[in-house]
Amino acid sequence: MIRDITLGQYYPADSILHRLDPRVKLMGTILFLVGLFLIKGWAGYAVATVFLFAMIRISKVPFRFIVRGLKTIFIILLITLVFNLFLTPGDRVLVQIWKLQITDKGLNTAIFMAIRLIYLIIGSSLMTLTTTPNDLTDGLETLLGPLKKLHVPVHEVSMMMSIALRFIPILLEETDKIMKAQMARGADFEHGNLIQRAKSLVPLLVPLFISAFRRASDLAMAMEARCYRGGEGRTKMKPLAYARRDYCAYGILILFLAVIIALRVLL
Amino acid sequence: MSIVLEHVSYTYSPETAYEIHALKDVNLEIPDGQFIGLIGHTGSGKSTLVQHLNGLVRATSGHIYFNGEDIYAKDYDMRRLRGKVGLVFQYPEHQLFEVDVLSDVCFGPKNQGLSPEEAKERAREALRMVGISEEYEKQSPFELSGGQKRRVAIAGVLAMEPEVLILDEPTAGLDPKGRDEILDEISYLHKERGITVILVSHSMEDVAKYVERIIVMNQGEVLHDGAPREVFRHYKELESVGLAAPQVTYIVHTLKDKGFDVDGDATTIEEAKETILEAFRKKGRKL
Repeated sequence: MIRDITLGQYYPADSILHRLDPRVKLMGTILFLVGLFLIKGWAGYAVATVFLFAMIRISKVPFRFIVRGLKTIFIILLITLVFNLFLTPGDRVLVQIWKLQITDKGLNTAIFMAIRLIYLIIGSSLMTLTTTPNDLTDGLETLLGPLKKLHVPVHEVSMMMSIALRFIPILLEETDKIMKAQMARGADFEHGNLIQRAKSLVPLLVPLFISAFRRASDLAMAMEARCYRGGEGRTKMKPLAYARRDYCAYGILILFLAVIIALRVLL
Repeated sequence: MSIVLEHVSYTYSPETAYEIHALKDVNLEIPDGQFIGLIGHTGSGKSTLVQHLNGLVRATSGHIYFNGEDIYAKDYDMRRLRGKVGLVFQYPEHQLFEVDVLSDVCFGPKNQGLSPEEAKERAREALRMVGISEEYEKQSPFELSGGQKRRVAIAGVLAMEPEVLILDEPTAGLDPKGRDEILDEISYLHKERGITVILVSHSMEDVAKYVERIIVMNQGEVLHDGAPREVFRHYKELESVGLAAPQVTYIVHTLKDKGFDVDGDATTIEEAKETILEAFRKKGRKL
């Protein structure tokens, strides 16, 4: 059950999307998200759908793997859907249940909002699935590089991010292990009322926190032992460099955004 | 009273890039009161296998019977099973969470529905068995030494009074003295209580001294299953799957190859000593 969370988990495969410069993928994701919010009308969504599914095909990540990340936002999705469906005022009332009414506008917004949310998650999952956490923070650090002039600790922030990302699967595995160990001692995480269930989490959370702190202190020690002292003067083993495919990717992205804007303006 | 596994297979993350066939058609019978060593290289499926025995992991296919009852039957009480088949995980000290040693050991018995008094009694008994004296009862489990923490964690499972005790690498990360102490205590428990013990390990040396049956796992399959001396006869094959027979096995086999009349099945240092002395005595007489 705990393995189902794919957000922030790398899926190893050999595809053009995997080989792209992380900066392109980061910018691409942002442009895609911007594009999603610029869309107005069916034509735009059709373009976004084609674009997204083409990317999924190119990425060689199995579709089931991508969709799994959606499970975690299912509740949010449902709430958004219901609110938009019932609370949007419109011209034509389609269904009336007591005081709640579904209007044509409401139906429209609800569907588009749902599609938007789903694409948003799929789009960003696609980035994290095709980019290793290290590449991701590397890209982020380079992209945010100019902020250093404003005394923003870009390197430190990206280091923290990469450590946090790196630790997600480790902590998930640890949770799984401790859960099993306590279940072997008769712990019950699934039954009982809310208070009982919250109480039953203590035997899970205490060891988990202790292990997280232990890991953090071990890691800090290991980094200091290798003379880590922040970003000042630090060079990279593999400096990021754009290749031809990266410029092509930028071209495609700009084309995508241009089409979306054009559709918004013209239609 | 026994555990029977029939055609048990298990696949991790099926139909993804991380798909791993951890167990492939495992058939085993574990009768009452046996002391079993479960040996295998890292990733051979031994930890996965033991998690099946108390229902923590559900087999992808196959059946498991505990005392004749199918544990995958619809109305089977898994929590009762977990009380009967006690599983001590690797590095069990990582699961300690209570404010003091006694309450931590009480966690299992309390989950079994015992009253606080009964649970305490069981906990004290279990702590005594693993050699933690009463003065530690009120201490925080996090202030103990590594070896003590591990004993407390083992006591936490023992307090549930299981009929089958499974220990997954109980000696990992301990010094030789701590290792011998824990293994001696487990062996004592087996003799005294008559409970079935399954010791998971990758060290032949550790288990050869104690167990009466060895199950060797390799890539999710049972490679060998038999008494230690039978299993160690295949020492060359064991090497090819990343395991090794006890060092004395190599010594007696080398001596045998050199023409000494020794018993190649000697698995412990004591046995090896006997047979080597015997061989020299015979030779001495001939000369």
